[in-house]
Amino acid sequence: MGETHLAEGPPSFSDLGGQGAEVVLSIRVARARLRLMRVRARRLQLRYVTDWGWKQLIVLSSISAFLILLLIAVFTVREGLPAFAKVGLWRLLSGTAWDVAESEFGILPMILGSIFVTLGALVMGVPLGVGCAVFLAEVAPRRARDLLRPAIELLVGIPSVVYGLVGMLVLVPLVGKLGGSGDSVLAASIVLSVMVLPTITTISEDSIRAVPQAYREGSLALGATHWQTVWRVVLPAARSGIVASIILGMGRAIGETMAMIMVIGNSIIIPTSPLSPARTLTGTLALELKYAAGLHWNALFATGAVLFVFILVLNSLALIVHRRAVAR
Amino acid sequence: MRMASPRVTQRIAWSLTWASAGVVVLALGVIVGYVVIKGAGAIDWEFLSTSPKGGLSGEGGVLSAIVGTVYIVALTVAIAAPLGIGAGIYLVEYARESWFTRLVRSGVEVLAGVPSIIFGLFGFALFVVALKLSFSILSGALALACLVLPTIIRTTEEALRAVPQSYREASMACGATKFQTIRKIALPAALPGILTAIILAVGRSVEETAVLYVTMGGSAAMPRSFLSGGRTLALHTYFLAMETRAMGKALGTALLLIVLIMLINGLIRFVSRRYMARMYGGR
Repeated sequence: MGETHLAEGPPSFSDLGGQGAEVVLSIRVARARLRLMRVRARRLQLRYVTDWGWKQLIVLSSISAFLILLLIAVFTVREGLPAFAKVGLWRLLSGTAWDVAESEFGILPMILGSIFVTLGALVMGVPLGVGCAVFLAEVAPRRARDLLRPAIELLVGIPSVVYGLVGMLVLVPLVGKLGGSGDSVLAASIVLSVMVLPTITTISEDSIRAVPQAYREGSLALGATHWQTVWRVVLPAARSGIVASIILGMGRAIGETMAMIMVIGNSIIIPTSPLSPARTLTGTLALELKYAAGLHWNALFATGAVLFVFILVLNSLALIVHRRAVAR
Repeated sequence: MRMASPRVTQRIAWSLTWASAGVVVLALGVIVGYVVIKGAGAIDWEFLSTSPKGGLSGEGGVLSAIVGTVYIVALTVAIAAPLGIGAGIYLVEYARESWFTRLVRSGVEVLAGVPSIIFGLFGFALFVVALKLSFSILSGALALACLVLPTIIRTTEEALRAVPQSYREASMACGATKFQTIRKIALPAALPGILTAIILAVGRSVEETAVLYVTMGGSAAMPRSFLSGGRTLALHTYFLAMETRAMGKALGTALLLIVLIMLINGLIRFVSRRYMARMYGGR
């Protein structure tokens, strides 16, 4: 009872004079202090325990993206491997016939289909996209910029089925007037060029804006016009960023699925002209996956693996170009 | 010796950039204008309040597709947001340069570039077939969560990086632990940015078709639980256009989608403007 003196407390208790009340009081006080100390101690430790626990959860969640990537790679390869084994890598890649009933699985037409629509999209999308980037970064008055920016944001947001739908109803009949049914590489390329444009424009604009102002001033001081400055100084300085934006745009184009299915006709042939129908790698996956079994199933995963490799190569290329730009 | 004077060349070049901007605005105008003009007629109360009849009839409205969209969006965000925000916190607050951090970073970077149909392929093999979830809202949301994860991680990371280091130092100096600092100081300051991350994920979930086409099935019936099949508005648009060829109704559904996306873009703009005001504006 070393703490009794603390229990002097309210005078009313000593008025009572009884020892009992004082002892009771001092015990209560001691208990209260003890409880307080315990709570404090617990809270102090709990803080660190909580800290530790949350940290573990956070570290765990941080690895989720890598795990998903790993799972995707494992599943695609595991399910695709039998096709590579039975059909053979070369025959799969170079075969021109894809016939489920005959167990013929050659994806060359689809590879070429994907490459052609992507190149077609770039032919139209790159000049437009870079043009818009120069416009936004160098030319546009404020009000034009305030109109174009949200327009490009909205283009990013429009679902690919809506692109496909409008492509089907507006573009395909127009292309059909040039010959053929209209479902064609050309129609698909035009739709894609609009879809990849935001990627090209936003990244190119960023890299144009990142060119130091001193470059522009130096060129202007030498008597160059604004356009000469942009063409000879700014664009070359922003080159790596622009190239990276184009490569990323290619990645988006190769990966696009639903809009392509809706405007390209989906015939498994090697397209010989822009007006001929074709099929993309992505289209094959979406159209056939739900009904596939056996070797057909494996062949689809092998197709997915090929697509995955395409994308990996393109994205690492973009990364390398971008790194070099940053290093400079 | 050049033919055209520099001034003339400049005028030509500038008009070309104006033209490319014009083409883009025109393309957007054609897309939105066409959908609005041709699709507005399809929308009435009956269209919004009845479910599709299913099969190849193309009859009925979009009610079950609206419900399916809500389910998918809610479930996708519920799965992806905690993981994505956690990973974002790790990258900004905890990460030291190590092999682990490099693994995390490259995982996010590569995953961000993977095309959506690959997520569909993977989701179909893992969730629909291997885990026997069959074509269901849950399978679709799980696959979609993988797709939106990199977006959430990157945006959260950016938002947390924008929080001044001095805030954290002040909190630590008051005796707060690391996690207390994160929870009470860093996260509230970065809240608008994290909200943007979630709204972006909502937008991606509303737009996405390819992943859901192969994981969700596309049943026209009203979904009863997360384990029943269903369709979203985007998926419904695809079925109407490609399978039943009910173009009027497809355009009506597309119009709903565009309105939804405009609302989402507006929301992002609103949130980020408030964010800017809070971080850099007066008080």
